[in-house]
Amino acid sequence: MSGLIKSSIARKVVMALSGLFLVFFLAQHFTINITSVIAPDTFNEWSHFMGYNGLVQFVLQPILIAGVIVHFVMGIALEIKNNNARAIKYNKYNGSANASWMSRNMIITGLVVLAFLGLHFYDFWVHEMSYKYIAGNPEDPTRYYEETVEKFEPFWRTVIYVISFVLLALHLWHGFASSFQSMGVNNKYKSAIQTFTKVYAIVIPLGFIFIALYHHLNPITH
Amino acid sequence: MSNMNLTLKIWRQKDSKSKGKMVDYKVSDISEHMSFLEMMDVLNEQLINKGEDPVAFDHDCREGICGMCSMFINGEAHGPDRGVTTCQLHMRMFKDGDTITIEPFRAKAFPVMKDLVVDRSSFDRIQHAGGYISVNTSGNTQDANALPIAKEAADKAMDAATCIGCGACVATCKNASAMLFVGAKVSQYALLPQGQVEATERVQNMVKQMDLEGFGNCTNTGACEVECPKGISLETIARMNREYLTASIKG
Repeated sequence: MSGLIKSSIARKVVMALSGLFLVFFLAQHFTINITSVIAPDTFNEWSHFMGYNGLVQFVLQPILIAGVIVHFVMGIALEIKNNNARAIKYNKYNGSANASWMSRNMIITGLVVLAFLGLHFYDFWVHEMSYKYIAGNPEDPTRYYEETVEKFEPFWRTVIYVISFVLLALHLWHGFASSFQSMGVNNKYKSAIQTFTKVYAIVIPLGFIFIALYHHLNPITH
Repeated sequence: MSNMNLTLKIWRQKDSKSKGKMVDYKVSDISEHMSFLEMMDVLNEQLINKGEDPVAFDHDCREGICGMCSMFINGEAHGPDRGVTTCQLHMRMFKDGDTITIEPFRAKAFPVMKDLVVDRSSFDRIQHAGGYISVNTSGNTQDANALPIAKEAADKAMDAATCIGCGACVATCKNASAMLFVGAKVSQYALLPQGQVEATERVQNMVKQMDLEGFGNCTNTGACEVECPKGISLETIARMNREYLTASIKG
């Protein structure tokens, strides 16, 4: 069993599974967020449910955080191992001749997304935690829409969010399809998987960009 | 077409212990019909005539099937052409006045022995770990056609078996991963009934040896598949992963 944990293939599968879990989470996150544009009342309702449902708060949320940690810790560990596998580098390495930029720079796009997560946690998660558990404020099922839109008022934050989503798209462009290959799925469904994952990699981040820009351009006027 | 004058930037390293460096050389009057190795022969003759140490490089069959010739040429394993080894790379792929960078295959598991010669015995050790089937060959071998094998499986096994173990996959991989090589070696047995007897042990032992040798992990960039002189497909890596996972479950 210890052989399995140390094995290169098992580690790749851990990357793939945690990645797929985060991809799935992204779809759920997007579904809720898009309601902030089309139906603010629904957004408030769903956000309140996510914020106060015991299962979501105390079971799913820790699983999600664990998924993020596993994915980036393993990603960084693999990157270090891979770097060590070629101690002396080439003087000339023509990487673009045989592989896409996205596939060769998962660590860069990944670290940018990780840095974004830091800001995103500060913006929403830390705020929620202190609002609910530290300040001990009473439940207010109508606050979420306004809080969210206000977040996108500063230009700098909107820009950082948009750039991060572009990098996320590049990460997903290679990573989503790659996770299937890592788990051994390379068969007659390959082209269908490629198409689906690449469409997903564009559509979801583009949707998040749309939401950020929409709120920035339509601030709440008091 | 007129002949070419070229500048070569070549990695020179006295032995496995010395520190190497890039050295510039000039060669002139190179015919476009020459193979890359013939061009190297011209350079070496020039060096020998001057009393200098010729550039050491691996080569054997010079017809693209032995897997000996290596060389990382202008940032690519076996140079800019596709589906060829260095011996089959023609000088017509280059232009008069070009500067060509020539380095050894780089990987921790492929230590440089001298100049452009690397030690690829890590591949042999991976093969020893499981790249075989146990058959009694003492004269009473059964007829090859006695076992029915689906055409498609036979074809795919043959495709995997065309791997010549040259190491271009490792050299070109940004992680110096050997998964295309091991994938091919696992696949050629996994697809055939003869390979099933030792299947569970084989993939686990070969992957274990691959990891022990210090090769990197696969990031699925697909660079290996592009640079492989025999066109081994990424499908073999997926098959190895499947084999490995099922073998691990079986124990």
